[in-house]
Amino acid sequence: MHHFRASDARRFISASLVIGVAFVVFGLSFGVLAISAGASIAQTCAMSLLVFTGASQMSAVSVIASGGSVASAFGGAVLLAGRNAVYGLAMAPVLRGGSLGSRLLGAQWVIDETTALVSAETNPATRRTAFWVSGAILYASWNIGTLIGALIGSSIDPSDFGLDAAFPVMFTAMLAPHLKTTAGKRAALFGGIVAVALAPFMPIGLPILVSAIGMLFGLSPRSEQELSATDGAP
Amino acid sequence: MSWTLVISLAISAYALKLLGAVIVGQRAMPPVVQRCLLLIPAALLAGLITKDTFTTGQELGIDARAAGLAVAVVATWRRAPFALVVIGGVGTTAVIRLFV
Repeated sequence: MHHFRASDARRFISASLVIGVAFVVFGLSFGVLAISAGASIAQTCAMSLLVFTGASQMSAVSVIASGGSVASAFGGAVLLAGRNAVYGLAMAPVLRGGSLGSRLLGAQWVIDETTALVSAETNPATRRTAFWVSGAILYASWNIGTLIGALIGSSIDPSDFGLDAAFPVMFTAMLAPHLKTTAGKRAALFGGIVAVALAPFMPIGLPILVSAIGMLFGLSPRSEQELSATDGAP
Repeated sequence: MSWTLVISLAISAYALKLLGAVIVGQRAMPPVVQRCLLLIPAALLAGLITKDTFTTGQELGIDARAAGLAVAVVATWRRAPFALVVIGGVGTTAVIRLFV
């Protein structure tokens, strides 16, 4: 018998709202940067509505902004999105039992933050509600932020504001939750060095794909990389 | 930016989510594959950070972006709110460019 408690609801709703505020800022930054990289308002908003996984979206825009090809922008973004398949494994029990339509919609909301929020709950009924509530709040926040950012980006010249520096700054906030394990730290060190070391010798965008080889630190059985519950930073 | 990129990325990202959440379920993905997939963001985000800080096209260099990154790293490490990290990092770069 699983009772749904008000105190649980308060906890995951307030956690969702805190992350939601960060998502508005993050989405806004994404919107401005996408426009400055040459995307239209429609393309920018379509990305957030349809792709809805921040690191991949930012990565694609970053590679395009640096002058990389569509193929390398796509490759890096898809590699980053691979983790959502693993989060999906953990979220599958939450979606199971719902209608096909609800499972298809729910799949779109499987991201770092919803996974972390749901993983923090133990009661199955609470987990289900936490997933749908946090998913709705974060999806709305992300897309509202993106729209505002796209509108701002279209009315200013982003290069006037040093906004290219927003890329490494945002990626830093996104990286932090992935450094909790030794394997994560090693992979990051490897990726960070490879991306600059290869930059002079490869077409723009390719060193980023090569940096993903850092994932092979996960081959070590000692890398106890559990489903990394992210906290706060998107 | 092209619609090809937007649409192909939308389809691929959603397919990956579906794969885990609806299609394979808990059984079909070996733990070692899961560990590797979960490590990609650490490697790739770090690569994006160094690319976006220390390269312009194919050239390496250190400029005002490095100072912005330093501020962002310290702010993140000190667990500053996300908005503060962004404003601190971008603001530092902008101010340095204004005066240097």
